[in-house]
Amino acid sequence: MSAITDNYGLFGHAFLRSLGICVWTMIGALSIGTVIAAARVSPVAPLRGFGTTYVTMVRNCPLTVVLFFIAFGLPEIGVNGSYYVFGISALAIYTGAFVCEALRSGINSVQAGQAEAARAIGLTFSQSLGSVILPQAFRSSIPPLGSVLIAMFKNSAVLGAFGVAGDLFSTGIRLTSAQGYASTPVFLAIGLAYLCITIPAGLILQALERRAVIIR
Amino acid sequence: MSSPTTSVLYDIPGPRARRRALIGSAIATVLLIVLLWLVIGRLADQEQFSMERWGPLIDPSNENFVQVWKLLGTGLRGTLIAATLAIILSTLIGTILGTVRMMTSGLARLPLVTLIELFRGLPVIVTIYLAYRVLPDLGVDVSPLPGPDGLWFLVIGLTAYNSVIIAEILRAGVASLPRGQREAGLATGLTNLQTMRLILLPQSFRIMLPALISQLIVILKDTSLAALIGLYAELLRSGRDIIGVLENPIQTYFVVAIMFIALNFALSRLAVYLEARLARGRTSGTGAPAPTALESGLSQTAMAGGA
Repeated sequence: MSAITDNYGLFGHAFLRSLGICVWTMIGALSIGTVIAAARVSPVAPLRGFGTTYVTMVRNCPLTVVLFFIAFGLPEIGVNGSYYVFGISALAIYTGAFVCEALRSGINSVQAGQAEAARAIGLTFSQSLGSVILPQAFRSSIPPLGSVLIAMFKNSAVLGAFGVAGDLFSTGIRLTSAQGYASTPVFLAIGLAYLCITIPAGLILQALERRAVIIR
Repeated sequence: MSSPTTSVLYDIPGPRARRRALIGSAIATVLLIVLLWLVIGRLADQEQFSMERWGPLIDPSNENFVQVWKLLGTGLRGTLIAATLAIILSTLIGTILGTVRMMTSGLARLPLVTLIELFRGLPVIVTIYLAYRVLPDLGVDVSPLPGPDGLWFLVIGLTAYNSVIIAEILRAGVASLPRGQREAGLATGLTNLQTMRLILLPQSFRIMLPALISQLIVILKDTSLAALIGLYAELLRSGRDIIGVLENPIQTYFVVAIMFIALNFALSRLAVYLEARLARGRTSGTGAPAPTALESGLSQTAMAGGA
């Protein structure tokens, strides 16, 4: 147990670091996902093609491969950065594809009759989009979007295993391999720290889901 | 609109909308080409297209070609073995966990629910690491099992996470079935377990097939996590080994990525094919007359109600 009681401060820092990584990644992933989702539902065929290709490629590729490609490939063409920046970029690019699909599933869940009704009462394109379609689409995409973001938090451990220093997982490795603490208590504590986020997040998501449900 | 994805957002386009879409397409094409050109230019500038870097991967006469592909082949085999084992074990254990969770109630269910919630919330890399580091501490010895130890730590870690996910998928499938399915099963004298095994689970598998297959893709992708902790010789590790010697990360990771994408794409196509087949089996298979009769009966009552 001394592994945990000796290193409260370290665990605290690691926890905050993991959260910090997730905030930056979330900003990146939501931006990328929104742009790609917009491309995939646009009436412009080449943009749709681009969006579809992006999603197919990224979703079928392991996060580790995306990460290695960026972290070891970009320096080859003269783009340099820290593991921290590369790690966040890779996770954002990867999560972006899933965000896109969550948003798109929300748009697809809106029935065509809603748009037809909006047009029938004389709303313009932007009015029907802004006050009829998107509000409903957004509500239906909350559950999948939430799961994507929880998965993103869990995936941030991959960055730690890769070598982004200071997050929960890499702290666990540091304590066990460099400082010689026993693995079992350290990694159980690390696991618990992840659960501190994922379980409440899952419960909040369930509550939101219940509130956001559309009764048709 | 030809694409169903856009039907909610747009009207059937008239001449002006079509013209605008055409102009938009032209601009987008130009922009995408410029973007591609910039990327290719950058790659060419840094001599990323040189045969020195690509040769070992694509030129059979290159001195390293045979060895590189042998290594990639070994890696691919490792990935497939680990994925197959993890998929089979996760599906089996997931089905058992799901069944037990659905058939118990109250306090008896609590330990299982806790277990499921705990493993669901952990990152897979943590469960793999727990298997790798904590199991030996607990005195679990995997060496009698065939294959390298690393393989089994990887498989156990993947199974621990994915079996609870599969249990939850199956539970959601059963929950989505009409109540009458279970009631009818019990009414015909089947026991609880028989109803589950013969009536509810088969339908749940069928309904949840898309979700199950995406979970299998997740398992296949997650085998590559082993490369991060140097646990087991799979495809990504082969890639790293090649790069260690040839120093061509962009080219080798490109090939590795394409291999993963092709595998997973094939799996997702299989899902689409199976789904279509199962749907066909439903309407024209041996069991067809009963549902059709039921359906027509239902629609008649519906019509009668309407009238």
